[in-house]
Amino acid sequence: MPEAKRRNERLIVLPLVGIIALNYPLLSLFSRVKLHFGVPVLYLYLFAVWLAFIFCVAVTLEKSTPPPEPREAEPKKPRSG
Amino acid sequence: MLAHWLILVVSFIYLGLLFAIAYYGDKRADAGRSIISNPYIYTLSIAVYCTAWTFYGSVGRAATTGVGFLPIYLGPTLMAALWWLVLRKIIRIAKVHRLTSIADFIASRYAKDPLVAGIVTIIALVGILPYISLQLKAVSTSFNVLYAYHSPSQPHPTSLWSDTALYVALLMAVFSLLFGTRHIDASERHEGMVAAVAFESMVKLAAFLIAGVFISYYLFAGPSELVLDAINSPKLAKLMELEALPGGYASWFTLTFLSMSAILFLPRQFHILVVENVNEEHLRKASWLFPLYLLAINLFVLPISLAGLILFPAGGVDPDTYLLTVPLFAGQELVALFVFLGGLSAATGMAIVATIALSTMICNDLVMPVLLRLRSFRQGNLGSVLLAVRRASIIGILLLGYAYFRLIGESYALVTIGLLSFAAAAQFAPPILIGIYWRRASRKGAIAGLLAGFGLWAYTLLIPSFAISGWIPAVFLEQGPFGLELLRPYHLLGLGMFDPLTHSVFWSMLANVGLLVGVSLFDRQNAMERLQATLFVDVFRHGESDTRLWSGTATVSDLKGLLARFLGAGNAEKAFAAYGVEHGMDLRTRVQADSRLVGFAERELAGAIGAASARVMIASVAKGEEISLEEIMRIIDETSQVIEYSHRLEEKSRELEQTTAELRGANKRLKELDRLKDEFISTVTHELRTPLTSIRSFSEILRDHPNLSAEERQQFLEITVKESERLSRLINQVLDLAKIESDSVEWTEELVDLKQVIGEAVGSMGQIFREQDIDLEKSEPPAPVSVMGDRDRLIQVVINLLSNAVKFCEPGAGRVTVSLASRPGRARVEVADNGPGIHPDEQEMIFEKFHQLKGLHDEKPRGSGLGLTISQRIVAHHGGRIWVESEPGAGARFIFELPLVGIAGEVRVKQTRFATVREGNKGRRPDNSSRKGEE
Repeated sequence: MPEAKRRNERLIVLPLVGIIALNYPLLSLFSRVKLHFGVPVLYLYLFAVWLAFIFCVAVTLEKSTPPPEPREAEPKKPRSG
Repeated sequence: MLAHWLILVVSFIYLGLLFAIAYYGDKRADAGRSIISNPYIYTLSIAVYCTAWTFYGSVGRAATTGVGFLPIYLGPTLMAALWWLVLRKIIRIAKVHRLTSIADFIASRYAKDPLVAGIVTIIALVGILPYISLQLKAVSTSFNVLYAYHSPSQPHPTSLWSDTALYVALLMAVFSLLFGTRHIDASERHEGMVAAVAFESMVKLAAFLIAGVFISYYLFAGPSELVLDAINSPKLAKLMELEALPGGYASWFTLTFLSMSAILFLPRQFHILVVENVNEEHLRKASWLFPLYLLAINLFVLPISLAGLILFPAGGVDPDTYLLTVPLFAGQELVALFVFLGGLSAATGMAIVATIALSTMICNDLVMPVLLRLRSFRQGNLGSVLLAVRRASIIGILLLGYAYFRLIGESYALVTIGLLSFAAAAQFAPPILIGIYWRRASRKGAIAGLLAGFGLWAYTLLIPSFAISGWIPAVFLEQGPFGLELLRPYHLLGLGMFDPLTHSVFWSMLANVGLLVGVSLFDRQNAMERLQATLFVDVFRHGESDTRLWSGTATVSDLKGLLARFLGAGNAEKAFAAYGVEHGMDLRTRVQADSRLVGFAERELAGAIGAASARVMIASVAKGEEISLEEIMRIIDETSQVIEYSHRLEEKSRELEQTTAELRGANKRLKELDRLKDEFISTVTHELRTPLTSIRSFSEILRDHPNLSAEERQQFLEITVKESERLSRLINQVLDLAKIESDSVEWTEELVDLKQVIGEAVGSMGQIFREQDIDLEKSEPPAPVSVMGDRDRLIQVVINLLSNAVKFCEPGAGRVTVSLASRPGRARVEVADNGPGIHPDEQEMIFEKFHQLKGLHDEKPRGSGLGLTISQRIVAHHGGRIWVESEPGAGARFIFELPLVGIAGEVRVKQTRFATVREGNKGRRPDNSSRKGEE
């Protein structure tokens, strides 16, 4: 099930990218009193990243068809002990 | 000014509507036609995350800290991307094990230990109570603002009986009693409540958006206008930078982290997301629709708070109430009333779900373990006891929340109380997240981590909040307990670089994760821990069947009796009947219950009274011993083996498919070969008939005309002889080719000098060349050119090429050149003539069977059409290749190349020969056997 695996990889990378984009130091680049399109740049940036993130999650989850047997999320078994 | 009674009537009508929706939802659920079983209702119910805190508090927070309100919503957005991986696993585990609360979940992971469940419940209770009181405070405050905005003397509710918050709390309690504890059932799902919560989510979003549009576009000329106004004031302009947030980027990160864990691990979120989940597939849509909801409800936060700051520059109005005071200031009381309803929705939704979730935990994980120890509770119907305990705890929680609000709430802003709860809920993240991915996480580790995390949270966040409220002396904050500076709650061990929240989260999470991992690494898990750990971590691999745990010595009637005591006789009967149908057994005739049935009964019971208590109860009727460690491991191994087999089976079937495809291909090739063979036979027959016909007709002439002249007779006889020669040559070649193709030729292999080969071929062809008066030239290097191969066959190739050349040369004027050369690694033989040449189109086909060049200067084909084909096969067998280079009118050059043999090569070939002998006959025999004779 390489398709499901690829989707899961994307779902892990997305929040990592999001956390980086929405924290110091990237965030500090936009922390200034300035307007773009009548919106403070900090707000514009935050909402734009927010919307883009939602879009990416939606595309990732909606385009893949439901897996028949959702076992692929698991790694190969090592036995406990 | 809004009349007191009007606000009350509207509120009551609204709450009545909620009751109706919940009632309808429950009725539909009873009828089996759920109205909440779709991803949209699920998404809306998750929005219970947005409480009165979001509703009023976001605006207040934006007015003081700028973007500081946003991480509370960005965190859940980030987390939602992981829902499909993490939350789906949690939901699956909870469904398989019938877990109905977060305490149950954590306890079940750690060996179903009642102690773990109790600790989690207490943390949840202490952590969430302030949050519930926050909702009451929000309702109470908003009611007072709405009621008293224009009256000069802002009356403060001092009397208990005139306080709206009390009545709101009581109404919430009634709702929770009606729709949260209607009956005991094993799934602990409340469809009516979910429907009402979803409806409330719509109301609060609508109210916020309407207020936002009204304030930005009606009172001002749009959000841009507001922003432009604000940017000109140095005080407001600061809000557009992140530096407005106290604690800066560290605080920003902490808030993001806290909200990421809160969206999953606040007890009410866990309840809505996991326990009330109908279908895992709903997560797919909820993962992006819910963040979209959050985005929508935050769009107008900044404009509204800027509007408040601009309209009330002198202060005096609490920023938390801007959402109400701004419309009231503009005289729009209807908008304010609608906003009030939105806030009421946000507050009641949260309080109801949190109360129900907490009451389940208190009942199952605090009260039941104690009750079950009492002898008097060992017998009799406990279902009604369960319900009574839950109802009492609902009322208790809401009254406690109210008391907390009366005692302490006034001194705290909304947001600060909310964050206190977030930090408490974050303590559940390590035992759950680490627990579902790391098998070795142990019970002792979890207990140590939870206790330490909770302790530090209380010391660095909860107790200081008491100090701020004046319950304990403030000197405690500044100088630490007993004057110990190192233990100052906001500067533990002198760590002073963070704001209090970050400080507390850092210490408590460090202790929690550190102890969980550290203790687990040195701990030895017992059988039960290992079993539960494996079942949790590998939930997608092990099905429900693996949750059996008891060897079967319980009787069916004992089990049924036990279930009946908690679920009621009717429900127990139904559950057993359903189990019987599913597994095809008649439980009424059975006496002994097998381990699967015991496991089933335990799960059913776990749904009602929690995993830990269910285990105790089952142990009281199942007389058998707990399965030994070896047996547990055997069960798990068996399952792993089955999975292994099924994987292998999948692989096999894939291989099978591949083989089938190959076979299909082979079959196709065979059919093609069959067709070619038929064609071959018909062509051969045709070719044989031509000389035969001419032999026969000339013989007949000789027979029928005895008077022919001797000359004529001689001529006819010569033709007959020639034709029969041609016939036998044809037959020989056909036989030859057939042998080569069927691989039944006995090839000899020896060192052959190509100079000799050419010499012999030229010798045997010399007569023909002389007859036709065609020049034959030879050019060859002085040294021998050796290849490995069948000498006679190679001679045959050269003869074929030479006779071919003769055929196409003009007698008298023809010239044929044979040249031999050795190139690096290969020998090259070239036979060139000065005949008419071959058209490029035909150069490819010339090596095919029976392909004959026609339309030259002779109407009759001169060859059998097999000579070149045979030559090609022979050359190919020797690992070489043959081709033709020609231009029409400029003669043709047939060239073949064979791999050269050096000294090393000879050794290699000898080895190969040896290998061939050992391998036995594969159609070829080694060269020391009989040499094939010339046909």
